Amino acid sequence: MKLLHDFLRTHAVNGFITFSNQEAAVMKFGLSFPEVEEVILSIDLVPERYKKNQQTISRQQQLNLFKSCVAVVGCGGLGGYIIEELARIGIGKIICIDPDVFEEHNLNRQLHATLTTLGGAKVAAVAQRVGEINPAVTIIPLQKAFCQENGKDLLNQAHVVIDALDTIPIRLVLAEVCELMNIPLIHGSIAGWYGQVTTQFPGDRTLQKIYSGCTLEKGVEEQLGNPSFSPALVATIEVAEAIKVLLGEGTTLRGRLLSINLFDMEIVDIRIEG
Amino acid sequence: MKITVKLFATLRRGRFDQKTMECDEGVIIHDIVKMLEIPEKEAAIIFVNSRHAEFHTVLKEGDTLAIFPPVGGG
Repeated sequence: MKLLHDFLRTHAVNGFITFSNQEAAVMKFGLSFPEVEEVILSIDLVPERYKKNQQTISRQQQLNLFKSCVAVVGCGGLGGYIIEELARIGIGKIICIDPDVFEEHNLNRQLHATLTTLGGAKVAAVAQRVGEINPAVTIIPLQKAFCQENGKDLLNQAHVVIDALDTIPIRLVLAEVCELMNIPLIHGSIAGWYGQVTTQFPGDRTLQKIYSGCTLEKGVEEQLGNPSFSPALVATIEVAEAIKVLLGEGTTLRGRLLSINLFDMEIVDIRIEG
Repeated sequence: MKITVKLFATLRRGRFDQKTMECDEGVIIHDIVKMLEIPEKEAAIIFVNSRHAEFHTVLKEGDTLAIFPPVGGG
């Protein structure tokens, strides 16, 4: 290990390690990219790719993110952007859950839907993309439909769960499973020009309050559809929330529903009590 | 008595953003939803003075009622 430390310190420039040197360490010491990335961060160096994360993310926080596992439930409009951002910021492990394959009507908004991925599993396309961005991120693609029965197994390793689902009843199941497993949940949903986000911690039951009495499978997105910009925006807010929860700093949307109306360009923040 | 009704997202179309309404004592949220001709399933998320409320919740003088449609896409 000392040899690896010496190698990395010798090759660091102003505390940063380039990808080619990280790759050289992988080859030279017979380690994996995640193993080398963890060593880099634990000896107070930083991969060059995270240079612009600083000072937003400190070196210690970068290590915390690397040691974090985030589960993204749904890899469509929201999930695609969420996973992209989690991989780029340096989350160490991302669990991607989605049973579907890409269809032509996904092309208007889903980041990983391309002419070449049509017909292929969404989780496979997402995993390939993350591998192209950063091989130090461990991606676990699960081509499964999240449900009550498999929920605990699928979310087993997650420190934070991000909701990128597309039906209301399954969201409520997800909220219950997160509650049971004591995992914070970031909720986001979209419909046309509109979207909403909230962050709930175990015991809050925010999602259950929001959708209380709602027996619908789908919301108004069934009539409105979803354009390209609302998933990108809501996904970004969800990721910012997840990062704050993982780092334990900043002000989150806990106990608040952020309601976004891009048509009237109005964002309101509703406190959810009792 | 007077209450303030705030409508969000699609519920505004053909209606209003915010309105102060004169109502009878004892009016419940369901009465307002009916009065505004909002289909019940579209009044999915309801708050009174920032607290989650149900169709049968009785409104009081000065209450602010906020109604959102269900937003469930991903």
